[in-house]
Amino acid sequence: MYVAVKGGEAAIDNAHRLLAEARRGDPAVPELSVAQIREQMALLVDRVMTEGSLYDPDLAALALKQARGDVVEAVFLVRAYRTTLPRFGASAPVDTGTMAVERRVSATFKDLPGGQVLGPTFDYTHRLVDFALAADTASEPAAEAEPRADAGTCPRVTDLLAQDGLIEASPPDDGAPVGDLTREPVDYPADRALRLQALARGDEGFVLGLAYSTQRGYGRTHPFVGEIRVGAVAVEFVPEELGFAVPLGRVRLTECQMVNQFKGSGAAAPQFTRGYGLSFGQSERKAMAMALVDRALRAEELGEPVASPAQDQEFVLAHCDSLQATGFVEHLKLPHYVDFQAELELVRRLRAEFERKTETVEMQEAAE
Amino acid sequence: MSATGMSPFLGGSASRELPGRAPDDAQVPSPERDRGIVASVLDAAGNARGSGYNFAYLDEGTKRMIRRAILKAIAVPGYQVPFASREMPMPYGWGTGGVQVTAAILGQSDVLKVIDQGADDTTNAVSIRRFFAKTSGVATTTRTTEATVIQTRHRIPETPLTEGQILVYQVPIPEPLRFLEPRETETRQLHALAEYGAMHVKLYEDISRHGHIATTYAYPVEVAGRYVMDPSPTPKFDNPKMDDCPALQLFGAGRERRIYAVPPYTRVRSLDFEDHPFRVQEFTQPCALCGARGHYLDEVVTDDSGGRMFICSDTDICETRVAEAAR
Repeated sequence: MYVAVKGGEAAIDNAHRLLAEARRGDPAVPELSVAQIREQMALLVDRVMTEGSLYDPDLAALALKQARGDVVEAVFLVRAYRTTLPRFGASAPVDTGTMAVERRVSATFKDLPGGQVLGPTFDYTHRLVDFALAADTASEPAAEAEPRADAGTCPRVTDLLAQDGLIEASPPDDGAPVGDLTREPVDYPADRALRLQALARGDEGFVLGLAYSTQRGYGRTHPFVGEIRVGAVAVEFVPEELGFAVPLGRVRLTECQMVNQFKGSGAAAPQFTRGYGLSFGQSERKAMAMALVDRALRAEELGEPVASPAQDQEFVLAHCDSLQATGFVEHLKLPHYVDFQAELELVRRLRAEFERKTETVEMQEAAE
Repeated sequence: MSATGMSPFLGGSASRELPGRAPDDAQVPSPERDRGIVASVLDAAGNARGSGYNFAYLDEGTKRMIRRAILKAIAVPGYQVPFASREMPMPYGWGTGGVQVTAAILGQSDVLKVIDQGADDTTNAVSIRRFFAKTSGVATTTRTTEATVIQTRHRIPETPLTEGQILVYQVPIPEPLRFLEPRETETRQLHALAEYGAMHVKLYEDISRHGHIATTYAYPVEVAGRYVMDPSPTPKFDNPKMDDCPALQLFGAGRERRIYAVPPYTRVRSLDFEDHPFRVQEFTQPCALCGARGHYLDEVVTDDSGGRMFICSDTDICETRVAEAAR
């Protein structure tokens, strides 16, 4: 006999308690501290900060702990916290040209001012499981860098190319306020700044897949990595009552400048074009993918046919956010009794009509 | 009214610093930390004022922005007004639009009812009702007649709504034309030109293929003779209740960032054809619990040998009828 489903409140409370216990795991195993996550799961923390749109390694680490390591859930916690924060204003644009570079590689020039700096990277590791890590062994201390004659000067590759007019000029700062899709709904077509904001917040996997698709012919852009640089930059803010910039602190960023296929016409000399990616912490995959998709989304502006998903801004912007995507996909878990009932009723009626029709035809055939 | 007199709950932002962030000072007692923001958005013991959040969660600036969108939506019935939807502490697709609308209109004297699938005790309804009970401290109820604000997912209560009540719908896809035309730039133009031919063609194709219009929920309506509107995925059974309704109907789509409205006593017409008039679902048997006819029923599977029973989807009216019968 059916018993009316009651007790949703008790069920939720109990589920939350069970979740807390599952999050902690075996109590005989020492609990992770937020500092451990921040220091030893640093790339994960960087990803949560990037997609969470909030630079706060401690908060991101805490969110990861609370989320049991689920990235999207951690991003969710950070975003839901961020949305309640008061806003004092916008910082002055950060100058990545003055970045304290930890890593800087260019695929377009063998050597260049500031040099190639490999830095901490997986790039040339052999992906062999290091079983020694299972035991707590101290790692070899890092080598000290030789001071270079040109240390401290690390001009951007795109600036070097721009000196000769070989790459399109970066659009000048017109002083207009920059849009913010968390404060204004996107009004298509969205400008490049808004698109970059959406891509920066976008799910790394989704943006990566789109970027990959441009390399496989769905919106080719002939990209070269002009430069990837990782390091800390100063953040400055101009309080209205002071009228000059005051430093707020430093944030660690990854910047990717793609140099893409040239364009030109009878009226304009050929020039390379740009794709841009920027992320918090060290998130190179994200910054590169973002730069590829940024360039693909400029198709219309650059007079290229818009035919592929990565070039279609409504497709990209409306689907790149992991919170929107996960929320709507996972909402299918919620009850849909009444809608399903409506469909059941229709399908039953259609089936009954179908059977009646078949019977009539059979009877007619028998009569004939 | 003083400058800060808008709400007694303003000024919560100063205490909104993340407390106890470093694990090192986790033992330091702090009234800030006792507000429990780190452990949970809402503290377990929490009353609204101690939660560290503004009345009904959203800050007053955000509420004003949402209210402006609501006013515009009421002024242009059925038109989808873009609004700067915020990230809420529940997932997109789980009612963030409805929650934001409710948060923006809720006053301290309101009485809130939340239903999902017509029921007050489904988990998501419980979760949203608790959210407002904790962040706003307003009275909640399961009685349709007592509520001033009713937030709903997928149903309109069977009890007729009255003047002064507000029904807030949670909307997943606000654009009725979305599955005919995925592009916002296109659908915007179609609405501007009142070019709804594609929708009629879709309904016609249903008839030619199945003999019936095969849309059973989220059945498109025309509002005040102008905009075609998605009534949210309520069964078409509920469409007639929207027409000439004395209550204000507000629709919030959080992920899609749209708000729209049907003002009280507005004509809401379900799209149909002269030779295929709009019809609602009919149930052959009455509710197995309260015996009501003419209510929308949920089918409950009672065993694994084909046993079924049908009960009211609207738990409030069902319980009320059962209680009255027992008296």
